[in-house]
Amino acid sequence: MFFSRLRRFGLPALCAALLAACSHSAPPWQLNDVSGHLPDLQFDLTSDTGKAVTAADFRGKYVLMYFGYTHCPDVCPLTLVHLHLVMQKLGKQADMVRILFVSVDPARDTPQVLHQYVTAFDPHIVGLTGTPQQIAAMAKRYRSAFNIDAKQANGDYTVSHGSIIYVFDRHGRARLIGNSTDTPDAIAHDLQLLMRQD
Amino acid sequence: MIRLALKLVALAALAVCAVAAAASSLKAEHGWVRWLPASLPAAGYVVIRNDGDKPVKLTGADSPDYGMAMLHRSMQKNGSDSMEMVDAIGIPAHGSVALAPGGYHLMLTDAKHAIKPGDTVHVSLHFDDGETLRVTWPVRPANAP
Repeated sequence: MFFSRLRRFGLPALCAALLAACSHSAPPWQLNDVSGHLPDLQFDLTSDTGKAVTAADFRGKYVLMYFGYTHCPDVCPLTLVHLHLVMQKLGKQADMVRILFVSVDPARDTPQVLHQYVTAFDPHIVGLTGTPQQIAAMAKRYRSAFNIDAKQANGDYTVSHGSIIYVFDRHGRARLIGNSTDTPDAIAHDLQLLMRQD
Repeated sequence: MIRLALKLVALAALAVCAVAAAASSLKAEHGWVRWLPASLPAAGYVVIRNDGDKPVKLTGADSPDYGMAMLHRSMQKNGSDSMEMVDAIGIPAHGSVALAPGGYHLMLTDAKHAIKPGDTVHVSLHFDDGETLRVTWPVRPANAP
């Protein structure tokens, strides 16, 4: 009796209610929402202009963060070009955003090299480097594994590194993650949504 | 008379060259290099088309403008980006392969002279069938899309 009633009246209503709930609560983000799951922006590193910087220097800015290294001719440029396109899409709003390129190869990435590298992509990028211990702590904080691969005969080596782009709001809270497969449109969309929210 | 003979020889030579060029079933198209500052390694990209009936492998490259040109591949796996050297890149019969950002590329290191965006560089691509394609590629800025 109950079931036949449910089938006749209740089930369609339940489905409608569920559908409404689903469409209502559909995440507005095109990247992945990590609010509350990753630690706030916090670090103590050296910028590409040679200055000691901390997360406090970026409070009030929306921050995109990516781990990479300068002897990376393919995938790091691909990601930084994506972020450069995001900045172009944002127009004036790009002033409210900073891109942090954190080196996982501090042995080769001096502030001077980092400065030449990041400024070749976009004026909103800040290169960060530090001691191996500082970099390891930073990568650990954001669960970003990196590994210096075996050296070749001529001393060259590659570094495998996290592919994640982290998005922090202007209070330094980790909000979203994406990677280089996310389109510049998707990243710009989410940044504008964040800006409208607070 | 001698002049005419010379002209004929020249024409014949041109014809032979044209036939030799047309005989190649491999084409390298849309090639370019992403420039990076501070003499950092650069990446070369190209689409290689194989109009022949047999698969061919790209087995190596060199350039008069760089000390080394290596076949590389970038991979994204388990949230990690890595890069490895590869011995060869296969191009199927009547098919093509793209060396493109985020995948296969030529890693160009030890530039022999200052190279900047707007320059052109020369690259030779070597294939397992003995063929070599000599190409000239534009050098684009670091943030070229």
